[in-house]
Amino acid sequence: MDFIFEWFRTLYSETGVNLPFIYDEYDRKRMAEGLLTTIWLSLICLFFSVIIGVIGAWLQGSSLKWTRRIVNGYIQLFRNTPPLVQLYFFYFAIGTLLPRVENDWGGTSPMLGSFAWAAISLSFFAGAFNVEIFRSGIEAVPKSTVEAAEALGFSRLQIYRDITLPLAFRVVIPAMNNNLVNLVKTTTLAYAIAVPEMLYEANQIWSDNVNVTEMMIFLLLAYFVLVGVLVAGMNKWERAMKIPGFG
Amino acid sequence: MSYKTDLPVMLPVKPRALEPFKSLKKRHILLIAFLTIVGPSLVFAQTGEFEKSPLAILLDWTPLLLSGFLFNLVISFGAMALGTLVGGLLGLGQVSLFAPTRASSWLVTQFFRNAPWLVLLFFAMFLLPFELNIFGFKLPLPDWFKAILGLSLPVMANVSEIVRGAVRSLPSGQWEAAESLAYTRRQTLWLIILPQCVKRMLPPWMNLYSILTMATVLASIVGVSEVMTLTGRALAAEGGRTDLLAPFYGLVLVLFFIYCYPIARFTVWLEHKFSVIN
Repeated sequence: MDFIFEWFRTLYSETGVNLPFIYDEYDRKRMAEGLLTTIWLSLICLFFSVIIGVIGAWLQGSSLKWTRRIVNGYIQLFRNTPPLVQLYFFYFAIGTLLPRVENDWGGTSPMLGSFAWAAISLSFFAGAFNVEIFRSGIEAVPKSTVEAAEALGFSRLQIYRDITLPLAFRVVIPAMNNNLVNLVKTTTLAYAIAVPEMLYEANQIWSDNVNVTEMMIFLLLAYFVLVGVLVAGMNKWERAMKIPGFG
Repeated sequence: MSYKTDLPVMLPVKPRALEPFKSLKKRHILLIAFLTIVGPSLVFAQTGEFEKSPLAILLDWTPLLLSGFLFNLVISFGAMALGTLVGGLLGLGQVSLFAPTRASSWLVTQFFRNAPWLVLLFFAMFLLPFELNIFGFKLPLPDWFKAILGLSLPVMANVSEIVRGAVRSLPSGQWEAAESLAYTRRQTLWLIILPQCVKRMLPPWMNLYSILTMATVLASIVGVSEVMTLTGRALAAEGGRTDLLAPFYGLVLVLFFIYCYPIARFTVWLEHKFSVIN
């Protein structure tokens, strides 16, 4: 490994292409942590946004008018306002309303940190899109299937959990794929509330080393790879979940 | 191998456009505004620690914030115009018969489509010079102009995909019919294909505009004085009172909602209108 690090150090001294996150141990650690934070944040948001989508789509099929209205209101509010403002609203406005808790060294700190707020805000943002996506999948399930399940004595929740959702899930994967790719890209917004993710760490590094160009190109490539891995994984999953004889 | 059956396993999936409430009236928007802005202010007004109520302070700052919001709109118009112009060319490049043009347009499109907007904005902000030197003329590049350039990059890539999708979605009979009538390729494209595409491109294009408008607040992170920056400054000028945070950020949310929601409704209406004709 040291050989490779030295090669990049030489590259810098010979050509001026400065990649400190490879040869410098401290920067390498920072960048690795940033990358891990981005991946972790993305995974948490992916998970919770899908959960929100599944639950929201179920609530939208509710027979209560107000439940449907509230879910609709949530979707419209989150789709028609900037995610950055939502993030600020959650972090600054709601975050300061919450009680403060005592931390390890005797002071007080907010109950939820910036990472938690970023995860909450981005999950709700992507979840709003997922609700609509899941609903389109549920509508693709033929009425006769649901009626057959009803005739067999399934309850509404059972029909959704065991029949509609598994079928719907398979057909919405392409649409969900798009939304989740967007979500991974939106995690960069967490930079604005100082979550130490990839963009934030890259910013720290280029502030120390004045190598904006290299870091920028690295960032673009890094996100390209991250999105590529996600898309490849989702495509593989899509093939594995394919309904035989459909599509 | 597929079997013909009258019992479908699944119906075809129709991608859902966002469907705004049909019955949302002005009074509902007023109610939302009340809940987000006035509500939190009233809660704090009860404490009576400060001599001026949050709502009064918010009213004082509203003209400034509105001018900041107008600046956001200017940025969105500029980026959309520039992005559409370049993206349209790139999209046509993607359907070109000349393979290298097709491949390079595809690569550029995919690259800018898969990069986060914020990173592209940083890209434009830090890598463009603060002034251009053209034949001895010094052309300054202010921050807001660089923000327009930075935001137009992802718009360009998305418009390119919209154009390619629309051209590809036309039945091939259109091309063949034009060819049999001895139209040249350029004539076919300009006189037959593109006029039909406009209708298909309009709804996704407006969707993109709405997304772009919401992305203009990203410019605050890189230091352009738009509505988010001004909100931050106003809050700082008021001494960082915590009771002001919710009304101020709530106002920004409501501003964007009031602007983007009608666009979303109009897009859905357009989609309905055009789907009937097809």
